[in-house]
Amino acid sequence: MNIQFRESQEAASSLTVKTAIADCDIHPARATRTELYPYLAKRWQHHLEVYGVHAYQGMMEGPPYPKAQPNASRRDAYPPEGGPQGSSLSFMQQQLLDPNNVQLGVLNPLNTGQGIRNHELSAALCSAVNDWQIDKWTSKDKRLKASIVVGNEDGLSAAAEIRERAGDKNFVQVLLLSRNVEPLGQRRYWPIYQAAEEAGLPVGVHAFGFGGNPITPSGWPSYYIEEMVGHSQCQQSALASLVLEGVFERFPKLRMVMIEAGFGWAPSLAWRLDKAWQRLRSEVPHVKRPPSEYIREQVWWTTQPMEDPERREDLFDVIKWIGWDRLLFATDYPHWDYDEPSRVLPAGVSEANREAFYLGNAKKLYGIS
Amino acid sequence: MARHVIAAVDELPPGTRKFLEIDGRPIAVFNIKGEYFGLMNRCPHQGAALCEGPLIGLAQSSTPGEIEYTKLGEIIRCPWHGWEFDIRTGQSYCDPRRFRVKAYPAHVEPGASVVKGPYVAETIPVRIESDYVVVEL
Repeated sequence: MNIQFRESQEAASSLTVKTAIADCDIHPARATRTELYPYLAKRWQHHLEVYGVHAYQGMMEGPPYPKAQPNASRRDAYPPEGGPQGSSLSFMQQQLLDPNNVQLGVLNPLNTGQGIRNHELSAALCSAVNDWQIDKWTSKDKRLKASIVVGNEDGLSAAAEIRERAGDKNFVQVLLLSRNVEPLGQRRYWPIYQAAEEAGLPVGVHAFGFGGNPITPSGWPSYYIEEMVGHSQCQQSALASLVLEGVFERFPKLRMVMIEAGFGWAPSLAWRLDKAWQRLRSEVPHVKRPPSEYIREQVWWTTQPMEDPERREDLFDVIKWIGWDRLLFATDYPHWDYDEPSRVLPAGVSEANREAFYLGNAKKLYGIS
Repeated sequence: MARHVIAAVDELPPGTRKFLEIDGRPIAVFNIKGEYFGLMNRCPHQGAALCEGPLIGLAQSSTPGEIEYTKLGEIIRCPWHGWEFDIRTGQSYCDPRRFRVKAYPAHVEPGASVVKGPYVAETIPVRIESDYVVVEL
């Protein structure tokens, strides 16, 4: 027999109501090269046109490694009106927020002013991005919350930007990247942690960034896949530095979020830190407690890209060590390694843990009622 | 299995693909150098619209240092995570034990041999002599 065929109209109309989730890693993009100009002083517009931006890396432009998909993003995420993936609010609503019932979406802009060698330009661009997040995104969709991006290599101007935004409910965290000129626990970054603690805002550390160093501690690797895996190594260095420089001891109310670098390595790093600390404690007397305690008390973890071991019990063992109350679901939209909400968590998770994983932990951490 | 008329042949020239939904199932039909292939448009990994991805070849290495690039234009690469599937068999080439995409047979039948559905009747009545692309599922 033959059956009537119609053009697909059903994708939009067959939506079922899904359980609400938080998406703790969404990347908004600019539709055009000059989209930030309205938020930049004429002086900086001129500077960009004449001199451009120079990051802490050898290459003039682009990321340290080429990406596997255009703009490192899903090929199905180009907005119909044009522009790169992630640059249209209406398409983000249609493709991500509405169908997945995202109740809280945390914006983490990546290509901002971070990692730029001209620190004044870095601060100006970051401030512009913060204004742009309000204008283009959070003021137009109340589900979305912004991250305060700061000129990361100049702690004082970064702290000033945080203080200026403190109390503004459009923002729920301060955003840093994992690759910086020095490991993140270094003194130059302390003003950032101090200001964030005062403002009651968590500090997110997202994979990527520009620091001039290779992604691995053993030199420049050949392949993009090594960068993808290297994010975990990079984040481990950053976290070890935060613990051992005494950042958590000095700022006991500081909350850190490890974004897009995995979490499966958390127990082994903590065990190794604890073991070394027991023997070398006198070298770092400011670290008063076992490193694992700071990590378990002051660190949260976004999930994407989720570890996917062959035996789900292995995943559950790791999560048990970290705590079901510490994981924050994230998709990484519109990037290509996006995690589909309905497909990441294996069966066998209690309703309470599932709710915490997908929504509860994020609302609590980010102070959303 | 039922046969579905989905397009006139000249509507789907070589190098093109057509997306459609039949009984709620998203399908894509490809014309690759005159051969027709039908695939479920849902990646078995995390559910992306698989068939919106690029058609590439298959890079394989029998031994380090030697790389063969075959099946040119016959491997569909998922637009999300880059999973690769053989368009002829639906076979995934990364972890074939775990993932295989559903392949639907697609072929060309003479226009007169099947009863034409309303779509054909309504939109391309002047092409009544043409052959139609038919999907079986």
